[in-house]
Amino acid sequence: MAVAAVETRTTYKLDQSWLVRLFDNKPFLIAICLFPAAALLLVFLSYPLGLGVWLSFTDTRIGRPGYFIGLENFESLWYDRVFHTAVWNTLLYTSVATIGKFGLGLWLALLLNNNLPFKSLLRAIILVPWIVPTVLSAIAFWWIYDPQFSIISYVLVDVLGWRETYIDFLGQPWPARFSLIAANIWRGIPFVAISLLAGLQTISPSLYEAAMLDGANAWQRFKHVTFPMLMPILAVVLTFSVLFTFTDFQLVYAITRGGPVNSTHLMATLAFQRGIPGGQLGEGAAIAVAMIPFLVLATLFSYFGLARRKWQQGEDND
Amino acid sequence: MTDQTLSQRPQLTEKESTGVIDWSSGPRRVITLYLPLALFVIVLLFPFYWMAITAIKPNAELLDFKNNNPFWVKSPTLDNINKLLFQTDYPRWLWTTMMVAVVATALSLFASVLAAYAIQRLKFRGSNYVGLAIYLAYLVPPSILFIPMATLIFQLGLFDSPMALILTYPTFLIPFCTWLLIGYFKSIPYELEECAMIDGATRLQTLWQITLPLAMPGLISAGIFAFTLSWNEFIYALAFIQSAEKKTVPVAVLTQLVEGDVYHWGSLMAGALLGSIPVAILYSFFVDYYVASLTGAVKE
Repeated sequence: MAVAAVETRTTYKLDQSWLVRLFDNKPFLIAICLFPAAALLLVFLSYPLGLGVWLSFTDTRIGRPGYFIGLENFESLWYDRVFHTAVWNTLLYTSVATIGKFGLGLWLALLLNNNLPFKSLLRAIILVPWIVPTVLSAIAFWWIYDPQFSIISYVLVDVLGWRETYIDFLGQPWPARFSLIAANIWRGIPFVAISLLAGLQTISPSLYEAAMLDGANAWQRFKHVTFPMLMPILAVVLTFSVLFTFTDFQLVYAITRGGPVNSTHLMATLAFQRGIPGGQLGEGAAIAVAMIPFLVLATLFSYFGLARRKWQQGEDND
Repeated sequence: MTDQTLSQRPQLTEKESTGVIDWSSGPRRVITLYLPLALFVIVLLFPFYWMAITAIKPNAELLDFKNNNPFWVKSPTLDNINKLLFQTDYPRWLWTTMMVAVVATALSLFASVLAAYAIQRLKFRGSNYVGLAIYLAYLVPPSILFIPMATLIFQLGLFDSPMALILTYPTFLIPFCTWLLIGYFKSIPYELEECAMIDGATRLQTLWQITLPLAMPGLISAGIFAFTLSWNEFIYALAFIQSAEKKTVPVAVLTQLVEGDVYHWGSLMAGALLGSIPVAILYSFFVDYYVASLTGAVKE
C-alpha cells in the first residue's frame, strides 16, 4: 500500500481544484459521510418510532386519520383478556426459550471448545439453522407438528411405542406454546453457541492450568474461571437474545398465527393482527409501544454489560 | 479429575504445548463429548432433512406412514418442484427477493462505510455518541416499527412497491454494518492513512485507495450478512406488500402456497427448501466471514 501511495505522489498535487479542497475540509466531509446513514435512519427509524408513540394515543384506522384520544387505547388493553394472554405468553416464551437456548447453547459451546476433528466443518453445520430464513424453517416445524403426520408422533407411537395416540401439538394452548418455544430454542442455539464459543476461545489456557495446579475440579474451573471470563460476552449475547425473542413475530405467525383461539399470541403478533389485517392502527401501535419498557430494561442491561467489559479490558479502546 | 491430571502432568503432549488442553480420553470422551455433539447435530439438521425428503416425496408416500418408512423415499419425484417453478409465481418471487436484497445491501453498505469512516477515522466531538446512537438503533426491533412505518409508506405512496422494502431494510442493516465496520476500521493501523495523506492524498482518496482495500474482509462480512438479513426479512415484507406477484419468497411461501385448509406439504416444503438454497450457497462459500461478523458484532 505504501508503495502505491509513493508512486502516485506527484499526481495528487496537480488536481487540487476547489472541489477537492472542499472534500478535504473536515467538517464538510464529516457531514457528507454521515448524511446517507443519518437521513435513512432518521426518516425510516426515528420518525416511525416517534410516530408509533403518537399513533398509540390516537384512534387511527387504515384509511382514516385519527384523533387524539389520550390513554383510551391503553385503558381498553388493560381490560383486554387477549392482550393479557399475549403479555403472559410473551414473558413465558422469552423466559423459557432464553433459559433453554442458553443452557443448551453454552453446553454446545463447551463441547465445541474441545479439540475435535473437523472442527470448522462442525461449526459451519451448526450455524445452518440460524442462516436459513426463519419463516421457511418454521414451515418445516409446522409440518413436523402436523396432528396426523407428525414425525415426532410417529416415532413415539409407532417406532418406540411410548404413547398410544398421536400428539395434538398445535390444537391445544399448552402443547402449542411449548411447541413454539421448542422451535425458538432450536433456532436460537446456534447463535448462542457460536458467540459463546468465540468468547471461550479468548480465555487463556494458562488460567485453567493455574486452576488445575491449585486442585480445582471441572465444576470449580467452570464456575471460577470459565463463567466469570465469559460473563461480559454472555451479557451482550443474552441482551440480544432476550430482545429478539421478546419481539419475535415470524415463528408464531408462521406456525400458529396466534391460534388456537388467540392462545399463543405474542405481543408482536397481536399488534400485527389488530393493526394491519384488523385495520386498528392506533390499537396495534399501543400494543407495540407497550413492549418498549421491556426493551429499555434489556438495553440498559446490555449497556452495563458493555461497561463491565471495558473495565475488564482496561481503557485501551477509543 | 484431579489425580488423573496429576498423573498425566509430567508428559507434555503436542496438544498441550499448542495450548489446547485435552486430558480426558477413551470411552468417557465418547459419552461426554461425541454423543451429545452428535445429538445436537442431528436435532439441528433434522428439519432440513425432513424438508428435503418431503419435497421429493410423491403424495401417496407422504400421507401413508403405515406402509412406507417416513424417513426414506421409495420413488422420488420432482413433481412438487416442477409445480412450484412452472405453475406458481415462484421464479418471480425469487427474483424480487434477490433484487430487493441486493439493492438494500448495496445501499446500506454505501451508507455504512461512510458513516463508519466518519465515526472511526474523522474523529469529531461527539463521534462516540453518534456511534452509541447507531448501536441503539440496532436494538430497535422491527416488531415495534412496522405499524407506524406502514402509515409512513402509505403517505409516501410506496405501498405495494419493492421500493418500500429497499428503503426500510436499511433501518436494521445500517446499524449492523456500521457497527461491524467501525470495529474493522479500528483494526487497520491509522499510520497507513497518515502516510498517504502526507504524500498528498485527499481524505476521499485515502478512503478509496487505502482504507477500503484493507477493509475488504470486513466489507465482505457486512455485505453477505446484510444480504442474508434482507433475504430472511419477514414482517416488513408481509405488511407492506399486498399483490401476490410482488411478494418476497418467505412471505409468498407462507401466504400464497397455503390454499384454504388443504396444505400441499410437498410443494410447501419444496418452496421452503428452494428459498433457503441461495443463502445456503452464499453461506457455504463465506462461512468464515459469517462467523467473523457474528462474533465480531457481538464482541464490539
